[in-house]
Amino acid sequence: MESPETTVAGDRAAGLRLRFGAAFAGRAARGTTAPVARRVLPPAQARRRAGAIGDPLFHTVSLAFALSVLGLAAVVGVVLWRWSAASRAAFGWSFLATSTWDPVFSRFGALPFVWGTLATSAIALAIAIPLGVGAAICLAELVPRSTGDALAFLVELLVAVPSVIYGLVGLFVLVPLVRTAGGAVARALGSVPLFAGPVYGIGLLTAGLLLAFMTVPFIVAISREVLLAVPETQRDAALALGATRWETVRHAVLPYARTGILGSVFLALARALGETMAVTMVIGNRPEIAASLFAPAHTMAAVLANEFSEAAGDLYLSALMEIALVLFGITIVVNAGARLLIARVRAPAGAPA
Amino acid sequence: MRIVLLMLVGVLAAAVPGRAAVLVNGAGATFPYPIYSKWFDEFHKRNPDVQINYQSIGSGGGIRQVTEGTVDFGASDGPMTDEQLAQTKVPILHFPTVLGAVVPTYNLPGSPRLRLSGDVLAGIFLGRITQWNDPAIVAENPDVTLPAEPIVPVHRSDGSGTTYVFVDYLTKVSAEWAKSVGTGTAVSWPVGLGGKGNEGVSGLVKQTSNALGYVELIYAVQNELPYADVRNAAGRWVRASLDSVTAAAAAASADMPADFRVSITNPPAADAYPIASFTWLLVPSRIPDQAKGTAIKQFLEWMLGDGQSFAKALGYAPLPETVVALERRALARVAVGAP
Repeated sequence: MESPETTVAGDRAAGLRLRFGAAFAGRAARGTTAPVARRVLPPAQARRRAGAIGDPLFHTVSLAFALSVLGLAAVVGVVLWRWSAASRAAFGWSFLATSTWDPVFSRFGALPFVWGTLATSAIALAIAIPLGVGAAICLAELVPRSTGDALAFLVELLVAVPSVIYGLVGLFVLVPLVRTAGGAVARALGSVPLFAGPVYGIGLLTAGLLLAFMTVPFIVAISREVLLAVPETQRDAALALGATRWETVRHAVLPYARTGILGSVFLALARALGETMAVTMVIGNRPEIAASLFAPAHTMAAVLANEFSEAAGDLYLSALMEIALVLFGITIVVNAGARLLIARVRAPAGAPA
Repeated sequence: MRIVLLMLVGVLAAAVPGRAAVLVNGAGATFPYPIYSKWFDEFHKRNPDVQINYQSIGSGGGIRQVTEGTVDFGASDGPMTDEQLAQTKVPILHFPTVLGAVVPTYNLPGSPRLRLSGDVLAGIFLGRITQWNDPAIVAENPDVTLPAEPIVPVHRSDGSGTTYVFVDYLTKVSAEWAKSVGTGTAVSWPVGLGGKGNEGVSGLVKQTSNALGYVELIYAVQNELPYADVRNAAGRWVRASLDSVTAAAAAASADMPADFRVSITNPPAADAYPIASFTWLLVPSRIPDQAKGTAIKQFLEWMLGDGQSFAKALGYAPLPETVVALERRALARVAVGAP
């Protein structure tokens, strides 16, 4: 006569109950009482099964891994918080509103760097999103599958190119291009503040363009995967209703893939916010806020890369640490915002992400 | 299995760096790294049981590490300030090793040979002089046709000894610069674009017409960049060269302070190049480890003697004899062994 304690499910439940209490055991018991044939074990083996450590060990170890990743992020935050203490004490909140960066007289303010980071990222996304999503739609929907696969492979290779190489390409190709084309625009529209000022070739616009080139492959690669994962039934249904190709994509495919595409956009944004070497080569490294797209600027990551190794003096170092803390904070806020947006987008769409 | 273990032990034993009885660690300035690495290599050849390891992490890093005692000696392109010296556990001594110079480089059609005085340089980097055909520049360069174009100043975006020397000079020749900008390895530049490293500045200058930047002399010579003559305190126009730089140091050695923390920019000598500087090794005044201390003192002794002969080949100006003599006497201040 089989009793619950000697069945496999009963064994697992008994084992888990020993370690984690009723919750886990109950779930395990429920899970394995679905219509599955139960094996009956002889009492000796059943007793050994009751002490099985495989699953609990797996739970513990993977929980430990997850917590360690969170722990690492927490450690970064704590370390930055402590090392920026001198600067926070000296400047308080005005650090985020001041524009001077003077290591000689120890007057520091992060505003130009925050502006540069956000402005270059905004320019990058404004160019990369339409370009990237458009390219993904083309590669997923319009082009024959084999060609699409080949082109997507090439695009994915671009994701792996180191950023220093992008920086060099930017310096030798993009800068002269912006200088000539931008020069023409500045001559025509020079009265508009957005295009005012001398065009050096390096500046906010060049950095934004370079970041767009660096982030488009992310968006294309991920969005294409997401678009390909949309079930054919969606497209078939739209086409059966008489929709054109564009209408199918617009109404049947894109809403389904919306979460994934948003996810890829935020991944691209994360890269743009943190990009250091490529940006510092083409942005002009001038901590100043100007309205013009052609003006040089500075970003938080660039100033850290440039000035950290030679920074002598506690307040200077502490100010750089505070800039790192601000960058960390902005990254967290942007990513949290991304998560919330994706969650909000997911719910009304009703389609699985 | 045993064979694998034996092989592993054999490989590990062979991988242990050869028989250096004494390992000395140093860190600091990037500017003198080529000559330092040549010196440490040559010294090791002559003293095989001494291995000196140097990491060029920047002058700021060198000062921090030697203050905390994590390295046996440091190196810096700028002398430590009084505040920094106050924070050290053991007093740190400065020993000049070689000389470097900074030259103004520019991008003008035809690459004419220009003369730029300290006033003009300060004016350009303060944003007071904005056009190449400004009367001040034209007055100093009567036989050059200067374009009626805006100057694009280029400076260093990263903290560096090169910047330190250049702004130290500008502080001395311009009261306005001293008041509004000051001296440091990184300053708040009133105008100009920032390039990372000598290569960043020269890259920007080469790419941007009508640009004016500053780079190390060695860098300008090796990369064949055009650079300007600068007027020294004696009123002569001097072109930067290893000899004019050594002359600048010789001029300063007359009033050399005992701790060698001196700025030799804008010296009064007739043939001295005004934008020059020492680079220093930072050595604690007491080194508890007997072997390391002896090794460091032996190295310094050698550096002041035979070592100086390697400097010119690598583009560094050697120390003048007067300074070498003063340093030899100062070596006695480094105490070795436990007190």
